[in-house]
Amino acid sequence: MKWDWGAVGDFMPQFWDGLLVTLQALALGSVISFVLGLVWALLMRAPTRWVTWPVGAVTEFVRNTPLLVQLFFLFYVLPEWGFTFSALTTGVFAIGLHYSTYTMQVYRAGIEAVPAGQWEAATALNLPVARTWRVVILPQAIRRVVPALGNYVIAMLKDTPLLMAITVLDMLGQARLFSQEHFQFTEPLTVIGVAFILISYLASLLMRALERRLVH
Amino acid sequence: MTSGLWELVLKGVWVTLQLLFLSALLAGAVSFVVGIARTHRLWIVRFLAGFYTEVFRGTSALVMIFWVFFVLPPAFGWQLVPLWAGTLALGLTYGAYGSEIVRGALTAVDPAQQEGGIALSFTPWQRLRLILLPQAVPEMIPPFSNLLIELLKGTALVSIMGMGDLAFSGNLVRLALQESAEIYTYLLVIYFVIAFALTRVMRGLEKRLKAGVGKAPSRGSSPQQELKRAETTGVGASSSGGVLG
Repeated sequence: MKWDWGAVGDFMPQFWDGLLVTLQALALGSVISFVLGLVWALLMRAPTRWVTWPVGAVTEFVRNTPLLVQLFFLFYVLPEWGFTFSALTTGVFAIGLHYSTYTMQVYRAGIEAVPAGQWEAATALNLPVARTWRVVILPQAIRRVVPALGNYVIAMLKDTPLLMAITVLDMLGQARLFSQEHFQFTEPLTVIGVAFILISYLASLLMRALERRLVH
Repeated sequence: MTSGLWELVLKGVWVTLQLLFLSALLAGAVSFVVGIARTHRLWIVRFLAGFYTEVFRGTSALVMIFWVFFVLPPAFGWQLVPLWAGTLALGLTYGAYGSEIVRGALTAVDPAQQEGGIALSFTPWQRLRLILLPQAVPEMIPPFSNLLIELLKGTALVSIMGMGDLAFSGNLVRLALQESAEIYTYLLVIYFVIAFALTRVMRGLEKRLKAGVGKAPSRGSSPQQELKRAETTGVGASSSGGVLG
């Protein structure tokens, strides 16, 4: 068993393609999870049980079941119901939905951390509800939770290889394709392993820089 | 769904439970060994434990599984039985997350407790065993409960390798029935039921352990805990959760 630099060179063109798909899925999935998570968090603060109970139950269900099975569900069931999307679109939506059930908890934490005095001041100034949320509460809540949201971006990054299971050619998909053609497994898998570590390291550096700017 | 197909699903449940049990044992062992090593006096021990955590936290569990299945055999001449290969990959990955939980709980114990142990001239090992762990372990249970659910969800990954777990059996049933909504709904419900049962068991355990040190069990997750879930902290993340401060 020898390490073969030639194989690494041969794998590179496919690696860049895969990296691009991985980063695309990560960026879109993150945006979906940030938006949906905020929607869930706000719905959970609704004054009636008719809203909070179903939202709570559904998100709890999604959070406690495997993302891989959810991927399969969407990938195979949606076409049966007459909706056809590309594999990548389905995958991105699944990741976004799955992680929105985590980010909603983060938003909840941020909203609860806003001091009560801020609410009272908004009431005293006679601000309408929507405006209170938009200009007083959310800016303060979201500033605080950016680093935590960043952690979920890294968690999402580590789940992007699952898209391989629904035929998306991300980094792992490309590595698998390459090893099936060349019968060399070690080099491509090690290359993408190192790539994952590097990307998550860069992401956490970025997050820490953001944290310093936003939180302190 | 015919009874034959249900049998397939039940077999899958059995494989998933076995895999969950074994990898939870390995992950638990790794968590404690690595987590305690990260509080060691010698910097080299701390460094090695930290290095392990960063490597396994930084890569994807699925990439690790591929590694154990495809790279280990030619590189080291080890060909593992699928169940053990899956256990190894999952246990090492989730153990790295768990080691952060252990380290966090150990450093959260009041420093005066350590000092008290030193004043009574306990050996480091005695301090760990008699003072630190009994106080730290009950605090670890809620985050470990979360991690156990993550591990359960992680077990589905081995189906990609063709191991006949619950997620894999779903695929077979789909091919047999030529329709997928029904089987995947059942699958999700089964996973949810297992997760629910695990959460209950962990809650009971927390209650008993905390009663032993005269504390009440935690009620739900505090915002602080949600911001510091071990399985989400990235490589090189500072684990001091001063986000809400």
